[in-house]
Amino acid sequence: MKHHHPNIKLYLGVFAVLMALTVVTVLVSYLHFPKTLAILIGLAIATFKAGLVATFFMHLKGERALIFSVLGVTFFFVIFLYLLPIVDMSMVADRVIHAPTAQNTQPEHGH
Amino acid sequence: MSSTAHAEHLQEPVTGIPNGKLGIWLFLASEVMLFSTLFTTYIILRVAAPEWPRGWEVLNVPLAMTNTFVLITSSVTMVLAYAKAVTREKAAFNKYLGLTIALGFVFLGIKAIEYGAKFEHRIAPSTSIFYAIYFTTTGLHGLHVIGGIIANSVLLWLSNKQWDHPLFVGRIEYAGLYWHFVDIVWIFLFPALYLL
Repeated sequence: MKHHHPNIKLYLGVFAVLMALTVVTVLVSYLHFPKTLAILIGLAIATFKAGLVATFFMHLKGERALIFSVLGVTFFFVIFLYLLPIVDMSMVADRVIHAPTAQNTQPEHGH
Repeated sequence: MSSTAHAEHLQEPVTGIPNGKLGIWLFLASEVMLFSTLFTTYIILRVAAPEWPRGWEVLNVPLAMTNTFVLITSSVTMVLAYAKAVTREKAAFNKYLGLTIALGFVFLGIKAIEYGAKFEHRIAPSTSIFYAIYFTTTGLHGLHVIGGIIANSVLLWLSNKQWDHPLFVGRIEYAGLYWHFVDIVWIFLFPALYLL
């Protein structure tokens, strides 16, 4: 069994980048960007950090094709796992999802 | 005969990788689905909610940031433990795996302080949808940290007898894969709950 050749210098370099990006994530949040931009920045940094961990600590770099097949199938279904409920919800957005209870006390209109 | 020479025979002829590695990746795939359902739930509940508190106003960002540092550091000590298992340095391996376990406990301790502060203010999952999703996601993640501590502790204990076992280095690698996954989940949970 061939083990991934450990590269301690590389691990420590990745470690430094992960720590720095954590600080960046927190600092950026203090700037209070508009919501969409804030989500995009936060998601981008988190995805990059997760990519670093997966690539170097989990040794996906240089991994066998079978593992990538497993991850490919997972990724395919995860997309639907996110998209289906969100699309479903956006299609019923004209309905009131959280009916305020105060609504019932309002007088009826237009008779 | 060295243990790696023994291990040559353990490679599966069909898949080309050890069964244990395929197994742990399939398990992690199921874990991705599990946590994704919770993230989807979070997105939908948040979009649909008439009001949603800003994470940094109701949660303790400095503590959570400290915990992010702790978990990232523990990922590094885990991969260093794996490196020392590969290069057959038992003392250094013990040190790094022990550190990983200790950092797992530090994470849980800080999390307990956070939870405790909430409970003191009589805040529970039933307080609001925000706290329901906060306690569910961080609670499930916390259970995974506990699981990782148990797995790593068992391996540290087994290392005394099984250090030269042909499957031992692989087991450290698989435990590491799981531990790094738990780290990745937190990398997403931290900004999602505390910073947005």
